[in-house]
Amino acid sequence: MYISRFLPRERFDDLIEALRAAGYPIVGPQVHDQAIVFDALNHAAQLPIGIVDEQSPGRYRLHASDTNRYFDWTTGPQALKPMTFVPRETLWRSVRQPDGQLEFSAEHADMPQTAVIGIRACDLAALAIQDRHFMHGPQSDPYYVQRRERLFLVAVNCMRSSDTCFCAATGDGPKVHTGQDLSLSELDEGFILEAHTGQAREILASLSIGPADDEQLDRAETGIKQAADNQRRSLPAGPLQEKLVGAVDHPHWQTLNDRCLTCGNCTAVCPTCFCQSHVEEISLNGQETRHDRQWESCFNPDHSYIHGIVIRAERPQRYRQWLTHKFGTWEEQFGRGGCTGCGRCIAWCPVGIDVTEELAAVCSPPTLTADSGGSPS
Amino acid sequence: MSYALTPFEAEVIERHDETPDLFSLQLRLTDATRQAQYRFVPGQFNMLYLPGMGEVPISIVSDPEDRHVINHTIRKVGSVTDNLGKLQVGDRLGLRGPYGRGWPIDAAEGTDLVVVTGGLGCAPSVSFIEYALRRQSRYGHIHIIQGVKHAHDFIWRERYELWRTYPDVDVWLTADTGDTLWPGKVGPVTQFFDQLSIAPQRTSVIMCGPEGMMNAVVRDMRQRNVPDTQIWLSMERNMHCAIGSCGRCQLGAKFVCRDGPVFNFAELAPYWGHKGV
Repeated sequence: MYISRFLPRERFDDLIEALRAAGYPIVGPQVHDQAIVFDALNHAAQLPIGIVDEQSPGRYRLHASDTNRYFDWTTGPQALKPMTFVPRETLWRSVRQPDGQLEFSAEHADMPQTAVIGIRACDLAALAIQDRHFMHGPQSDPYYVQRRERLFLVAVNCMRSSDTCFCAATGDGPKVHTGQDLSLSELDEGFILEAHTGQAREILASLSIGPADDEQLDRAETGIKQAADNQRRSLPAGPLQEKLVGAVDHPHWQTLNDRCLTCGNCTAVCPTCFCQSHVEEISLNGQETRHDRQWESCFNPDHSYIHGIVIRAERPQRYRQWLTHKFGTWEEQFGRGGCTGCGRCIAWCPVGIDVTEELAAVCSPPTLTADSGGSPS
Repeated sequence: MSYALTPFEAEVIERHDETPDLFSLQLRLTDATRQAQYRFVPGQFNMLYLPGMGEVPISIVSDPEDRHVINHTIRKVGSVTDNLGKLQVGDRLGLRGPYGRGWPIDAAEGTDLVVVTGGLGCAPSVSFIEYALRRQSRYGHIHIIQGVKHAHDFIWRERYELWRTYPDVDVWLTADTGDTLWPGKVGPVTQFFDQLSIAPQRTSVIMCGPEGMMNAVVRDMRQRNVPDTQIWLSMERNMHCAIGSCGRCQLGAKFVCRDGPVFNFAELAPYWGHKGV
């Protein structure tokens, strides 16, 4: 059992200072452009104090609440993904010499060690999934690994759930249980801190704070349980790969044709989506090129293009690919589904498509109606 | 470099135009040590790179025991392949590979081979034919079946005529549309199967080409009780990384670049025959 310490609210800056003293620049949640995003954090006053988020299909709003809590919001549009699998980066460069020879040079990631405060259970679970893809596959990705190994993660147990949250259904939250260095539960009067790694224990020791008492621990557990109990979205019983692959001809997919804009927002905010495209940047004189990779979405027709053919040319085919992969074939690839219940894809979908509703529909026998009986053209 | 994403420089040693839109390049890595260490299996592919244009996955057609050159036969289907077609002897380009899982050269040992190719210059299957012909004692009878759309699409006529002269090898040609000088039949590739006296448990089917043609062959071979695990297909999907990271080549749970491009039908069956998968 980890020893739980209590940090009074007015001393939160001491934690920030202790992390800085341990050599970490700090990144934490802040309100920018009416959303909670992660940015450089110097002191507690920058945190979203007394801010709660209201999320529902196609909707994300921040409101002031009547508390002074720092972490009473649930998720912003970002998870850890932009820090480890960055939106765009250079992999290598080529230079053509005057004699026609080509020289290639690999680029290297160079992120300083960084402490991130405020990461949630769903996002840590997503990080573990991306670790499997980028670090523990047949080829380890040095760009990802370099950044990943430099993260010190201060995670937060959620005491609130948004309407879009369903981490309890995927088994990933709201209590943090994997990948954190330090975890934090917020009470009105302060924070219960638990160290899970040696370095976190040193940082905790440097704060000279006393243990949390049983009543505080009980209140934290109750808060976490309430957050789970307040979630109302669920998933069909798994495993889902066979169900979804078997539902390839389900007429419900066709209904997405009239709803899904194929904008790719869901894949951009998803903390586990890993698709990439490789793009070339060429110098004006044509002699030097930069080979970059950037985030890519399976909702883009180009994603499945081969010599004159777009394999998933129809919108419903692209939605089907995303949902079938995320909840189904992901199981064979990574030993679990690719969703950690963060709910971002529901909130940030401009037309409010809810993955849990779509899954329920395609995992149920088709109901033949005049509207749903058409076959994909 | 443990991470196989940065290309190495290669040089064009020879080039041939096969048809107006099909050409072959003989390449050699300019680093002699790297060239000497380069190993591949028929059916694997390289990523070929032109600066400022990008990379394309191209299957390797040379014999794996030829340590001197790496051969590719390429169809002009887009900006990178069009410009690869403009390369001249001595020109430099980028190459990384080999990638993927090739043909079942060991699993198919001792079996008859039915090699079915649809379309133009289907390099992946040619690589296996050449490989098997040089090692004929390891395989049984070799049936080579080539289907083309139009009779005038047929290339490498001399090569097919040569293959026909080998013992225990037969060659069958067909076109959707023939012409007066067309030496083959007209119709689907499946029309020949009745004449091959297929022993299902001792037959390996090797195919590449349009998915519609492969679908017809799969259906026919399954009816003849050839096991799904002995029906092999070379698949194509969009690829950017070639190492199973970029996610673009997914076919169901498979990454075509890493788990394939060669699959047996049992691996593909759950996803087969559905548009847009």
